[in-house]
Amino acid sequence: MTQIVKMKGMNKYFGKLHVLKDIDLTVEQGEVVVIIGASGSGKSTLIRCVNGLEEYESGTLEVDGQQLAPKSGNPKALAEIRKEVGMVFQQFNLFPHLTVKRNIMLAPKKVKDAPETVANATAERLLNRVGIGNQADKYPSQLSGGQQQRVAIARALAMEPRLMLFDEPTSALDPEMIGEVLDVMRELAKEGMTMMVVTHEMGFAREVADRVIYIHEGQIVEQGKPDDVFDNPQNERTQAFLSRVLAH
Amino acid sequence: MEFQFQFDWQAAIDSIPFLIKGIPYTLLISFGGLLIGFALGIVFGLLSINKKWFLRWPATAYIEIFRGTPILVQVLFIFYGLPDLIGGPIDPLTAGIAAIALNSGAYISEVVRGGVQSIDKGQTEAGLSLGLSRNQTFWSVVWPQAFRRMIPPLGNQAIVSIKDTSLFSVIGVGELVRQGQIYIANTFTAFEVYFVVAILYLAITLSLSIILRFVERRGLASV
Repeated sequence: MTQIVKMKGMNKYFGKLHVLKDIDLTVEQGEVVVIIGASGSGKSTLIRCVNGLEEYESGTLEVDGQQLAPKSGNPKALAEIRKEVGMVFQQFNLFPHLTVKRNIMLAPKKVKDAPETVANATAERLLNRVGIGNQADKYPSQLSGGQQQRVAIARALAMEPRLMLFDEPTSALDPEMIGEVLDVMRELAKEGMTMMVVTHEMGFAREVADRVIYIHEGQIVEQGKPDDVFDNPQNERTQAFLSRVLAH
Repeated sequence: MEFQFQFDWQAAIDSIPFLIKGIPYTLLISFGGLLIGFALGIVFGLLSINKKWFLRWPATAYIEIFRGTPILVQVLFIFYGLPDLIGGPIDPLTAGIAAIALNSGAYISEVVRGGVQSIDKGQTEAGLSLGLSRNQTFWSVVWPQAFRRMIPPLGNQAIVSIKDTSLFSVIGVGELVRQGQIYIANTFTAFEVYFVVAILYLAITLSLSIILRFVERRGLASV
């Protein structure tokens, strides 16, 4: 098995605040890892380190064979990593000045020098795949939140990533739109995409994850198969967290 | 004895052909200056938000100096002061364009800075996460959005600069006000002539306002 992400003794600070503490974590190719934890526990920061949106202070991080040194020490590796790692954000972060299709075509054209026709065909194929092939020429603001997030997933997939990061992809959505986004993610997982997902959707975690990781105050407190973590948590902090989020 | 002032319509109408000769200069100085000012504004506006202090500081100094001193002093300095330094005269038209360029450039720098900083950080993060370089992310994601937000304040600056050119009558450029002064010297019809001069400025600025409204509506429709 190939390890796509290897973190060893990773530490991250925001000023004096120690947000990630000695993180050891590996993600295998094809694995779906769901990271759960209270807000402020460092789970978003953790996956943002993987594609260098956050720098870390000490330890080592290897993504897809590239060493990403602390303090953004290696811009070349970072550039390579970002080509191979897609990311979906809580706030979608679609480009409002571009049509849906142009949102998806931008990176293939700029980064991979894909010809217009190829990028166009890729965009159409991906939009169909996420179920919004008929919205290609609209602007993001004309779509619902769920549709926007599906476009964002298609946009990331257009770079044919080896790893997808999801940073609370359904947290900004109206409840009735969460399902459609999770469906797309479920499909992706089924097709064998390697995924790191930060989410509060415990049902999704239980169903789709190969491994669930619970983070508390910047530390990995517990990890394991979803059934084990959810039904039989070993650590009392995990128990407390799960009893709070699963209660309703 | 009763004094009654009569607005002399004939005098006003008669002055128009002579005054209109000033319009090309007014437009040349304002738009020539603004064009250069826009280029300066992009350069210094972006430098002023650069992480590197040795790029940021000179840009900030430029902005503060040219925003913080009167444009009249600036043009007098360029026209009367600079020749001492460079050892030759500067023609008034060049001095006028330079003053508008440097002055509007400082204000436009702030417009550019504000426009760029108003774009959500998530846009940059999305661009970077897709593998775009910092430059690519800036020019294809951030800048087009920032520019649309800059259109109203840029229009505002254009109108301010057009009116500022009236000050350059002091260095003898034959722009609108200067033409008016020359005309009045012969006819003593100050009231009528300055009235027409004001109307002509208004015609220029109103046309620009209308064009800008149109551009703004088209440009913002898709965001």
